[in-house]
Amino acid sequence: MSIQLAWRKSLNVVMLSLTGLCALITVSALFFILGYLVWNGGKDLSWNFFTHLPAPVGEEGGGMANAIVGTLKLLLLAAVIGVPLGLLGGVYLAEFGGRTLPFLVRYTADLMNGVPSIVMGIFAYAMVVMPMHHFSTLAGGIALGVMVIPVVLRNTESFLRDVPRSLREGSFALGANKWRMVASVVLPAASRGIMTGVLLALARVAGETAPLLFTAFGNRYWSPGFNQPTSSLPVIIYTYATGPYEDWHRQAWAAGLVLLGLVLVTNILVRAFLTRGTAYERT
Amino acid sequence: MATTPNAVTPADVPRNTRTLPRRWAGADEIAHLITMIAAGALLLIAVLLVYQLWVLSAESRHKFGWSFFVGTTWDPVSGDFGALPFIYGTLVTSAVALCIAVPLGVGAAIFLAELAPPKLSSSLTFVSDLLAAVPSVIYGLLGVFLLVPLMRTTIQPALKDVLGFLPIFQGPSYGIGFLTAGIVLAIMIVPFVLSVSREVLLAVPRDQREAALALGATKWESTWKVVVPAARIGIFGSVFLALARALGETMAVTMVIGNNPRISASLFSPGYSIASVLANEFSEATGNLYLSALIELGLVLFLLTFVLNGLARLLILITTSRGSGVLPT
Repeated sequence: MSIQLAWRKSLNVVMLSLTGLCALITVSALFFILGYLVWNGGKDLSWNFFTHLPAPVGEEGGGMANAIVGTLKLLLLAAVIGVPLGLLGGVYLAEFGGRTLPFLVRYTADLMNGVPSIVMGIFAYAMVVMPMHHFSTLAGGIALGVMVIPVVLRNTESFLRDVPRSLREGSFALGANKWRMVASVVLPAASRGIMTGVLLALARVAGETAPLLFTAFGNRYWSPGFNQPTSSLPVIIYTYATGPYEDWHRQAWAAGLVLLGLVLVTNILVRAFLTRGTAYERT
Repeated sequence: MATTPNAVTPADVPRNTRTLPRRWAGADEIAHLITMIAAGALLLIAVLLVYQLWVLSAESRHKFGWSFFVGTTWDPVSGDFGALPFIYGTLVTSAVALCIAVPLGVGAAIFLAELAPPKLSSSLTFVSDLLAAVPSVIYGLLGVFLLVPLMRTTIQPALKDVLGFLPIFQGPSYGIGFLTAGIVLAIMIVPFVLSVSREVLLAVPRDQREAALALGATKWESTWKVVVPAARIGIFGSVFLALARALGETMAVTMVIGNNPRISASLFSPGYSIASVLANEFSEATGNLYLSALIELGLVLFLLTFVLNGLARLLILITTSRGSGVLPT
């Protein structure tokens, strides 16, 4: 074996192992993050965490019940605002669209998807907080809802497009109108995929902090209704982690574990169950 | 078709005998209209977003003009606002992040697309997708309590020992600063580089690889000299996409960059970024000019990511449309 060949072969082995190392580092980052959070946050998770309000500043103990409820309320608002608009918009792009408008909508959706979340916060601030003159759950929900729309829209469109032609033709042949065909044949056939997109979009905004900082703001107490500032898990993690108290730091870890658990479990369940098998052959 | 006696035109059907499907024909129009309004709502939101950013930043734009971008003072008390330290911080942290994330992400993508057996490849991609789903504030949490002390006690002194002659690795080790923020950002954007690069690598036709191997190339040579160049444009696209993410990333950066508006050649020095100053000061901005200056920063951030995203999508589209890949969303 010539020296040149030996060199090429060893370069081959070295570089290929390096790519494997890159993959290993990337993948182990997730396990490291998860493990570190369980290690640090697990021991401070208690029943109180889920049922009590935050303790007064400086005192130990207390929980984050209001932040958990706040996050759920924000997600509810985000779903109510984002899902119908995204879903119907997706139906339009896949089923009814002409030429110019769908192109424009598709391009805008991709653009909106890339807009930094903090800019969405400014938008909600300008649209809701400024006219109302105070922070509110509503403003936070709108900020998150606007972020949900483009994700659901693009996802719905792509799953609707995957529904085979034969199903549509079959329903036309039975005498259905276009909207009957869409509502009772195409949408049910694509429902799993659409559901996946909706849940993943909600899981994504559940962890968003930046757009909530000056919309939902924060609250040390319960926030009745939708018209007052509310606490939320991501914001309270930020506040507690950057705060000066040792006890706050411990609670930030616990809250981080809860938030990460929520997001990861949703992601894993949705990806594992909803995407497995569809009502029709995927091409 | 005049010879088909059974052909019935809509006009022939008497109104009172309309069958069920025909009664619903008008519903098609209604459904079309409703869905069109929903799709139009997104356009309306986008237009409103740009409009609000433009109008609300008017005061600052008129007062400072272009000097907003070169001014280095940020003084809310005297009403003097210059954005350069923030723009600098955003660009420097993103550059550091790209230096780490691009080799790592592209390397991992090569492994997943070219070497790993399909089952391993898909499960590793799944893990990488999960990594992309981890909320930014969680990265910030780990950054504050794990990476910052580690940087202060170990990594920064070590870098100073070895590469201390470079101006970027000089100055005291605070732990916080551009370098720390860049590293956190890098971990956050690797999944984006990885998934898009993998997609474009897989889109390169199989016969290209086989031809190279048949000519006697090693696996690495076929990958590096044939497959990667063929996917080059798409990989650039993935880099732009990741860059757009890094520029707009807020929480993790805010928690570790140090929040100090100054320009320094040293990566160890604390700094500030556009997104961080928005996160920290927006809710307590007093006075219209202050708020307007912050919103102008938001406008700058919006325009930057707008251009980068557009460019990225174009590049990815060019590469994947040549092969069989799909445009990742």
